[in-house]
Amino acid sequence: MAEFLQFLFSGLTVGAVYALVALGFTLIHNASGVVNFAQGEFVMLGGMITVFAAQAGLPLAVAAGVAIGVTALVGVALYRLAIAPAGSASVVSIIIITMGASLFLRGTAQSVFDKQIHRFPAFSGETPITIGGATLMPQSLWVLGGAAVVFVALHRFLAHTLPGKAVLATASNKLAAQLVGINTHAVLLLAFGLSAAIGAVAGVLITPLTMTTADMGVSVALKGFAAAMLGGMGIPVGAIVGGLGLGLIEAFTAGYLSSAYKEATAFLVILVVLVLMPRGLFGPKDVERV
Amino acid sequence: MLETRALRSAYGRIEVLHGIDLVVREGETVALVGANGAGKTTLMRALAGVQPVCGGEAWFRGRALARVPAWRRVGLGLAHVPEGRQIFCDLTVEDNLRLGAWATDRTHVAEGLAEAYQMFPVLGEKRRLPAGGLSGGQQQMLALARALMARPVCLLLDEPSMGLAPALIDEIFDVIAGLARRGLTVVLVEQNAAVALSVADRAYVLENGVITLEGAASDLVKDDRVRAAYLGI
Repeated sequence: MAEFLQFLFSGLTVGAVYALVALGFTLIHNASGVVNFAQGEFVMLGGMITVFAAQAGLPLAVAAGVAIGVTALVGVALYRLAIAPAGSASVVSIIIITMGASLFLRGTAQSVFDKQIHRFPAFSGETPITIGGATLMPQSLWVLGGAAVVFVALHRFLAHTLPGKAVLATASNKLAAQLVGINTHAVLLLAFGLSAAIGAVAGVLITPLTMTTADMGVSVALKGFAAAMLGGMGIPVGAIVGGLGLGLIEAFTAGYLSSAYKEATAFLVILVVLVLMPRGLFGPKDVERV
Repeated sequence: MLETRALRSAYGRIEVLHGIDLVVREGETVALVGANGAGKTTLMRALAGVQPVCGGEAWFRGRALARVPAWRRVGLGLAHVPEGRQIFCDLTVEDNLRLGAWATDRTHVAEGLAEAYQMFPVLGEKRRLPAGGLSGGQQQMLALARALMARPVCLLLDEPSMGLAPALIDEIFDVIAGLARRGLTVVLVEQNAAVALSVADRAYVLENGVITLEGAASDLVKDDRVRAAYLGI
């Protein structure tokens, strides 16, 4: 039982991070139809900028705020400098641009910061809480709580405010959005900025537990992508369930089978989802006819 | 109110509008009549700002439109109901209408909603349902009502009767005629030339990207060429 709880806790914690990354994928995909493979770099930037801002003498909370703000600006710049100039290029071309941007951000981070492994202290101490024989780091509660707050805030924004609905409208029909007077460029800037900020929040929350390096973005992006696919690309609830689900699958695979298979589970999930239910758990059931 | 001079537009290298001179005066209803592919929809899209213009000029209320992006034109009072309705299928009927007022100062949203539901009661009944579930005719009503939420002074209507049952066509055109009577300026593209000419004050005939005929709608109805080509008489 203790063992089970232990796997559950670690699966939920890491799953909450995947969920935040998947939420970032979802937001940009919804507004633009693009899968942004630079999403993992936002997580890396969140952690790395916090580390170096704290080393420069800023209090941790301020450093985290700076990291989230700067990363949001990086997201806006990504859209403004790399995506918008591509204009009406095909979605595949734009996805390739995001892959290039991902390499660029990773390389820049390695030269601006360094290639070492970093961490900063957990927010509420490092003393584990014991529940039923399993230990839970207080930072895990921060990760889960943070993911919940981001999800609820995003949901409220999209479902209950007019600017949020303008984002959904742009996703639903860009032409019609322009014709009611929505500045669709501004909506996409907002989606990229917000999505980058969500990634950075994930990076800030998880670094005390898993540490961070300049090249951690690739695997995070892959896991987040698998999570988004599992839940159904473009569906916020799907991102959360997919993220937590993937985290749990990983934790139980590593615990009960072998930790050697842990990294493979994300690939396996992508394959199974693509073959059996390409639209994911929460995707629309109808099949598009051509 | 709305004027173009030598307006040209192309899809890639293929020019489809070869210099259009159009004048729409305040309060007028002007119909654009022509066969499929004559460039009617392209002209409407160019006026709305969603189709690139490669030559000529356009003015709306004395203001040059060349550098005004589509989303700003709504705020100036120029609203476009595009061909094929183009509603937000994933959002509710009421959210579609609320977004219609996006470009305004939004002090008249409640009033606008009440007017829309009075004009089309069926939209009021379905206001909490996703717009994608509406029938074709109801979607057309929604597209029209959504454009009116911006309180435009000039309405560009592209094929409002497309794919609708005759009874619905009458209903939509009654509404359009009512709007025109209240002083709204209307530019109407319509495949159904007989209906278009019956509500319009003036009309332009468009053929292969050029205007071949213009005049009072009542005169064009009597014109032999128009009768033969577009009215099937």
